[in-house]
Amino acid sequence: MTDKTDITLTINGRDHAIAVEPRRTLADAIREDCGQTGTHIGCEHGVCGACTVIVDGEPVRSCLMFAVQAAGKPIRTIEGLADGERLHPMQQAFMDHHGLQCGFCTPGFLMLAVGVLEREPDIGDEALLDVLSSNLCRCTGYQNIIKAVRAAAKEMRGK
Amino acid sequence: MTAHTKGSGLKWVGRAIRRLEDPALVTGQGRFTADLPAMHWVRFVRSPNASGKIAKIDAPNGATVITAADLKGVKKITPMLHKFNYKPVGQPVLADGVVRFVGEPVAVVVAASEEAAEDIADLVEVTIDETTPMIDARAALQSGAPQVHAEAPGNVILEGKFKTPDFDATWKGSYKIITVEARSRRQNATPMEARGGHAAYDASTGRVTLTCTTQMPHLMRTAIADVLGFAESDLRVIAPDVGGGFGQKMSLAAEYVVLVWLARKLKSSVAWTEDRRENLIAGFHARDQYITLAGAFDKNAKLLALKTDIVSNIGAYSCFPTTCGVEPLMAMAEMPGPYDVRHYECLARGVITNTCTMAPYRGVSRPVITFTLERLMDKAASAFAIDPIDIRRRNLIDKLPYTSAMGLVYDEATYKQTLEMAVKAIDVPAFRARQKAARAQGRHLGIGFATFSERTGYGSPAFAARGMEITPGWETVILTVDPSGFVEARIGSSPHGQGLRTTLAQIIADEIGVTPDVIKVVHGDTDIAPYGWGTFASRSLVISGGASLIAAQKVRAKLIKIASHMLEAAPHDIMLENGTAKVAGTDRFVSIAKMAREAYHQTHRFKGEIEPGLTETGSYDPPGTFSNACHVAIVEVDVETGRVTVEKFLVAEDAGRIINPMIADGQVHGGIAQGIGNALLEEIIYDESGGILTANLADYMPPTAREIPPIELHHIETPSTTSITKAKGLGEGGCIGAPAAIINAINDALSEYGVQIDEMPATPQRIRAALRASSLPSPLWGGEKGTA
Repeated sequence: MTDKTDITLTINGRDHAIAVEPRRTLADAIREDCGQTGTHIGCEHGVCGACTVIVDGEPVRSCLMFAVQAAGKPIRTIEGLADGERLHPMQQAFMDHHGLQCGFCTPGFLMLAVGVLEREPDIGDEALLDVLSSNLCRCTGYQNIIKAVRAAAKEMRGK
Repeated sequence: MTAHTKGSGLKWVGRAIRRLEDPALVTGQGRFTADLPAMHWVRFVRSPNASGKIAKIDAPNGATVITAADLKGVKKITPMLHKFNYKPVGQPVLADGVVRFVGEPVAVVVAASEEAAEDIADLVEVTIDETTPMIDARAALQSGAPQVHAEAPGNVILEGKFKTPDFDATWKGSYKIITVEARSRRQNATPMEARGGHAAYDASTGRVTLTCTTQMPHLMRTAIADVLGFAESDLRVIAPDVGGGFGQKMSLAAEYVVLVWLARKLKSSVAWTEDRRENLIAGFHARDQYITLAGAFDKNAKLLALKTDIVSNIGAYSCFPTTCGVEPLMAMAEMPGPYDVRHYECLARGVITNTCTMAPYRGVSRPVITFTLERLMDKAASAFAIDPIDIRRRNLIDKLPYTSAMGLVYDEATYKQTLEMAVKAIDVPAFRARQKAARAQGRHLGIGFATFSERTGYGSPAFAARGMEITPGWETVILTVDPSGFVEARIGSSPHGQGLRTTLAQIIADEIGVTPDVIKVVHGDTDIAPYGWGTFASRSLVISGGASLIAAQKVRAKLIKIASHMLEAAPHDIMLENGTAKVAGTDRFVSIAKMAREAYHQTHRFKGEIEPGLTETGSYDPPGTFSNACHVAIVEVDVETGRVTVEKFLVAEDAGRIINPMIADGQVHGGIAQGIGNALLEEIIYDESGGILTANLADYMPPTAREIPPIELHHIETPSTTSITKAKGLGEGGCIGAPAAIINAINDALSEYGVQIDEMPATPQRIRAALRASSLPSPLWGGEKGTA
C-alpha cells in the first residue's frame, strides 16, 4: 500500500506535482500534499459534505474520491472561489445572511451550492433544499444557509 | 419573522452588523487544529470491550507503542466535588490494567504519518479478559450489580437530595397527583469538527504548545500541567478556530495529556486528529437519563408540589472540570423550571456504567427536565380536562424576582407574556380547525408547547453551591488602545462560532466612541489571553460582555482624563464619539489615535497625574440571570410509518437586551435544530455487551436542512437587572425547549390513540411500538383493536 504514484493535481488553476499512495483520498491530498487546508474533513465517510470541492464542474465529496482519480482534472476549492479581493456572491451572501457560525462546514456548503447553481442556475426551491440537505451543519439550523444560497442564486442569475 | 425592538439611536449595541469573524471563514483562511503539520502522528488503540482486565497488548516489532506502563508518574484525571456524597474516581490517561468502556484509549501508536500510525494500530492486539459490563443505569443500580469502580459502591458516584419542610403534608393534602416516567436516550453533541490536538516542543525554552479543539484553553493548561506534574507556565494552550463544541469540547480529553507527554518525551511535534467513529464512541456523550416526575395539584390545577427521581448515566468516569455532577445536579436545581411551586422533593443520582463518559452538552440536563416537566403539564391538563395553555397560565411564575423552592432567585422575566405572545402568533383556533380538517382526511397534525427558563451567566456562587472545586464563574478582559489608536481586547472566554469577536466589539465600541471594526477581540491563547474559563453554558456574552463593559468604562475614564488635559477642558464637558474626544458645544476635538500616542510617548506632559499607557482590566462575576421562552411546534405524524414531520416552529423569547439581533437569532435557530435532532433522530445505541451500534453519521443522525422547518422568532427584551450589560445568555435555549414542544405535539397528534410518548428521541420505531400497543381502535385497519 505504500508505493507512491506521481500525479498532478490542478487546484484553482495551479498545478501541484505530488506523489501519493493509491489509497490517498483527494481530501487528504488537497490538504496535506497541496497545503490547501480550507477544505475540511468532517466524517471521512461521505455523509457530512464538509470536504466538498468541485471536480470537472461537479461538486464531489473529496473524502470519497481518490487523489489519483482527480489527476489531470480541474479542481476548485474554497481558496479559489473569490476573484482576488472580490468575494464570490455566495461568500458575500453567507456573510450577509449569517449563514455560518463556527465556519467548519462552510467551505463544503459554499462549494456545493456554487457547483450546483453553476450547473442549474434556475433550480427550484424544493430541489435546492434537497441539494443542501446533502451537507451537515451543526451550528446554524440551516435557515440562514438556505436564505443565503437563494439570495446568491438570484445574484448569480442576474449576471 | 423577527421583531426586535430597535437599537437605541446610533449605538452599536442592538444592531445586526455583519460578523467580524466571517471574511476568513468564507475564504478558507480559518485556522483549525488539523491544519497544522507535525513530525509525528498518533493513533489511539481503543478498547474493543466494555469491561474487563487487560491480559496483554501485543505490538508489531519495531513499532512505537506507548501503554500505561510507560506513563510512570502520570496522575489520573480526578475531578472533585465536595458535596453530595461524591466519590472521586480517577481516570488513567491510558487504560491501566482495566478497561471500562468500548473506545477507551488503551495504547497509543506513534509514527511518521497518520496513515502509518493507523496501519500499525490495526496490528496491535489487545487481549481482554471480559467481565460483565453495566450499560444501563437502572441495571447498574440493582443490588449485586458488578462494580465499575471500587471507589463507588453500588455504582452511585453522587447523590443529591432535597426536600422542603412540610412537603409530605402538602403532598397528602393535594387533589390530584400526575406522574410521568421520562426517558432520555444517549446523545453526542457532534460538532462538525471532531476533536484533535497538536503538541509541539520548543527546544530553546523547554515549553510545549498544545493547539487543540477546546472551549476552555486555560483549564486544559491547568489540568494537563497537574496530571503530568510540571509548571503550568511551561505549557501554552491554543484554541485556534474551533469547529463547534456544544459542550463536548469543554471537558479534558485524556488524549491531550498523552500528546503533551509525547511531545516532551520525543522533544518534537505530535498530532492527533480524531475520526468520526472515535468521536461517536469515545468523544463524550450526554443526556442518558431516567426521570420520574410527579406533580401534586390542587383542584384548580395549581401545582402544589413536585417530586422527582433523577437517574443520570454518567458513563465510566467523571469529566473534568465540571465533574459528572453537571447533569444530575443541574436537573435537581432547575427541575421546577418556570412554574410557581413551593414544595419540592428530589433525589438525583449519578450512576457509573461501562459506557463512554458523559460531559456537558448544550442545555445540559435542561432539555431533558423541560421535556419531562412539560409532559407532566400536558398530562395534567388532560387529567383536569383543561387546555394545555390554560394549565401553564395557572402555574407560570408572574411575580418577579422569584425565589424558587430550591432557593434560586429568578430575575425579571416574561414567562406569561412569552406564552401569550406565542399563542397569539401561532393562532391556536385556526390550527385546531386545520387539525380537524386534516384528521378528516386521515392525517394527524399536532401542536405542542414548551415554556421554560434558561439559567445563564452562572457566576462562581452557582458552581460553589454544587460543591465544585473549580468554580468557573468569572471572566477577565484586558482592553488596550495601542499607540496607533487601534483597540485590542484580550478575553478569557474562548468562542468557537458564537460571534463574540463582533458582539464584544459592539459593547466596547459604544463605550469608547469608536467603530467595532477597529477593535480586535483576541482569545484562545493562554500566552496572550488573561486566565479565564472559556465559552460554555450561555455565559460568554453575559460574563465576558460584562467584563468588557467594565474594562471599556475604565478606558473611557482614562481617555476623558487625557482629553481633558490635552484640550484643557473640564472632564464632564468631554464627549467620546467617532474616534475622537470632543469638548461639548465647541469645535475642539482630539482623535483617540493622538491621545494614544500621548499616553505612550508623551507621558511627561501629564506631570504624573495620569499613568502611562492605555490598558485597563475588567473582571466580572455575575449572580446569574434567567432567559425565558415559549416554543411551539406543529408536527404531522404518519401513523403508518411513525415518521414525524415538523411543519412549523415558533419561538417567543426574552433574553434581555440583545446586543446583535442577527447573531442572537442564529443562536436560537441552531439550538432549535439540535433540539429537533435530539427529539426525533439522534441516539447513541449500545448493544448488551457495550458495543456501539451508531458509530457513523448515517446511523447517528444529526438533522439535515430537510428536517428543519421554517422557524419564526418573536422577541421581548426585558433588560436584566442582574447583568451589567442587561443582556442574558441564549445559546442553549433553542435546544432546551424544542424536544418538549416537539414531543408534546406528537402526543397531541396521537391523542385519540391514548398513547403516551415520554421518551426522546421519539423515533419512528418508538412511535410505531406505542401505536401497536395501543388498545384503542385504529382507523387504519378498519377499526380493529390493537392492530394499528
